[in-house]
Amino acid sequence: MSAPSEKPKAMVSARDLAKTFDVSPPWLNRVLEGKPRLMLHAVDGVSFDIEKGKTLALVGESGCGKSTVARLLVGLYEPTRGTFSFEGQDVHATLETPQGKSLRRRIQMIFQDPYASLNPRWTVEDIIGEPLKEHGLIKDSAALHARVGDLLQSVGLSAKDMVKYPHQFSGGQRQRISIARALGTEPEFLVCDEPTSALDVSVQAQVLNIMKDLQQSRGLTYLFISHNLAVVRHVADQVGVMYLGRLVELADKHALFATPRHPYTRMLLDAIPKMHATGQARTPVSGEVPNPLSPPSGCAFHPRCPHANARCASERPITMHLPTVQVACHAVEEGRI
Amino acid sequence: MNLLQVKNLVVEFPGRRGTLRALDDISFAIAPGEILGIVGESGAGKSLTSAAIIGLLESPGRISGGQILLEGERIDNLDDAQMRRIRGRRIGAIFQDPLTSLNPLYTVGRQLVETIQTHLPVNAQEARQRAIALLQETGIAAAEQRMEHYPHQFSGGMRQRVVIALALAGEPKLIVADEPTTALDVSIQAQIITLLKSVCKKHGAAVMLITHDMGVIAETCDRVAVMYAGRIAEIGPVHEVINRPSHPYSEGLMAAIPDITVDRERLNQIDGAMPRLDAIPKGCAFNPRCPKVFDRCRQERPDLMPAQASQAACWLHAPQVGGAA
Repeated sequence: MSAPSEKPKAMVSARDLAKTFDVSPPWLNRVLEGKPRLMLHAVDGVSFDIEKGKTLALVGESGCGKSTVARLLVGLYEPTRGTFSFEGQDVHATLETPQGKSLRRRIQMIFQDPYASLNPRWTVEDIIGEPLKEHGLIKDSAALHARVGDLLQSVGLSAKDMVKYPHQFSGGQRQRISIARALGTEPEFLVCDEPTSALDVSVQAQVLNIMKDLQQSRGLTYLFISHNLAVVRHVADQVGVMYLGRLVELADKHALFATPRHPYTRMLLDAIPKMHATGQARTPVSGEVPNPLSPPSGCAFHPRCPHANARCASERPITMHLPTVQVACHAVEEGRI
Repeated sequence: MNLLQVKNLVVEFPGRRGTLRALDDISFAIAPGEILGIVGESGAGKSLTSAAIIGLLESPGRISGGQILLEGERIDNLDDAQMRRIRGRRIGAIFQDPLTSLNPLYTVGRQLVETIQTHLPVNAQEARQRAIALLQETGIAAAEQRMEHYPHQFSGGMRQRVVIALALAGEPKLIVADEPTTALDVSIQAQIITLLKSVCKKHGAAVMLITHDMGVIAETCDRVAVMYAGRIAEIGPVHEVINRPSHPYSEGLMAAIPDITVDRERLNQIDGAMPRLDAIPKGCAFNPRCPKVFDRCRQERPDLMPAQASQAACWLHAPQVGGAA
């Protein structure tokens, strides 16, 4: 039993998670052409906690490693370093054991593209029913039928839709089918990788509302990955900002949007076109995301950072834990910004 | 005089099971130097409108009614050869994916010089100078060396800058930009939009900007047209349409967009989905999803009519009060 004064225990907690991909040329080329080994540090030392029933959103530009984090959490990738624990259990160690299957049941994922993540040759009943059968939750077909019907209704579709095929649905409806499939095993933790990026805004609103309703009614915990900060502001409790494989800032949503600390977070917030600031010109940020194969020395953001100095170029900042925020930046540490 | 005038444009796709009407009676105009935004959800007809204007409608799609006038002269009935002389010279185009709009086998310099020489009476030396100037203007560092590089040697944002330089090469009066920033990261999007706005202003080119990002529209455009199911639902000054939308669809759309500056517990949602082209409802196409629907909406199709400072195709704004009565 933990003391009441302690912070509520995290349901999901990642410690120093890292994933390195070997993208070296083939052995023969390395020998004959003298090409070096190449390692891509997709995720490099990411730590966070998510409390039960809360949503952590990870934001960042393409190539920053957010989808790799998602895949690490559901066990699609083995971490190169670090651990990820779910209710105190080390997930990757448990997945190797016979208990792994029940753990998989409790962690599910929703993918970005509802056109690619549903088998076009299966009916909706087959698609939603598969995880139920796979985990041995339901054996006879009448019960399965009823359960799939319930799941479809819980995401705002009709039970009659289960005889149809994915191509008979629109993008938003397909994404609801993906959500129904993920909910089938009654998971406690859902990893959502850009679940609305492929959808139109009015449909995006429908899907986000359903996800919020389900979170409230079932007490779900979400890891929500997105590049859209406005969507993140709407769904998240906590927001983590990633840049080139590292978590540069992690804060409560209100703190992050009101007082962003890291220069990259400030830049991202500034770069977003605002609907209600018509005609107002912003100062666009200079530079582009560097190649993750050869990240800049020191702080990876220093070539684009307006506050960078010699230390930023040489020494990699360590994550500082401040009361409301954790941030990895020399300028913040030194009180320069 | 209007630079571009689209009058009652109809685009149809003949098919085995009948003809689909993808654009139905679209009318709008763009003044010289103006930036007109076009928004709408996928399938609303945004890209078809731009394809019809630049003469790149894909078969079997065809313009089956209405007119497109560029500087008072009809361009919708020109043949391919005539249209090729207009495209690039008088109307420039920027597409969504910069990698597919550049030829991967030619250097960026060669593509620019070729475009300039096709459209302008200059010799090779002058064309090269112009190409370098254009690259510099679009913010490409070391433009002279970059001329010799191939598209794959540029990053996404840089490529889109090259595409903007290409679109400007023939000194067109109108640039049609179809989702120019959708494929780019947010920090790059802002750079490209700012660039597009400033170079077009400098060259006096008007822009027709197609996007589904209302934030981009709000910051860039003078006027905006909201499309729904192949028709214009509302058109008007950008801050009017965003802050005081007149059409229930634009109203729903604006409220559905999560706003980075505001905390909201729930997003407004428009229930249902846009109808398919073969099942467009009678009357107003939006009537089955409209919260303010009344009898007339189910019977008669509304055309654009004055509504506040904009124009909206909605019977709520019919001059006779209580059209349903």
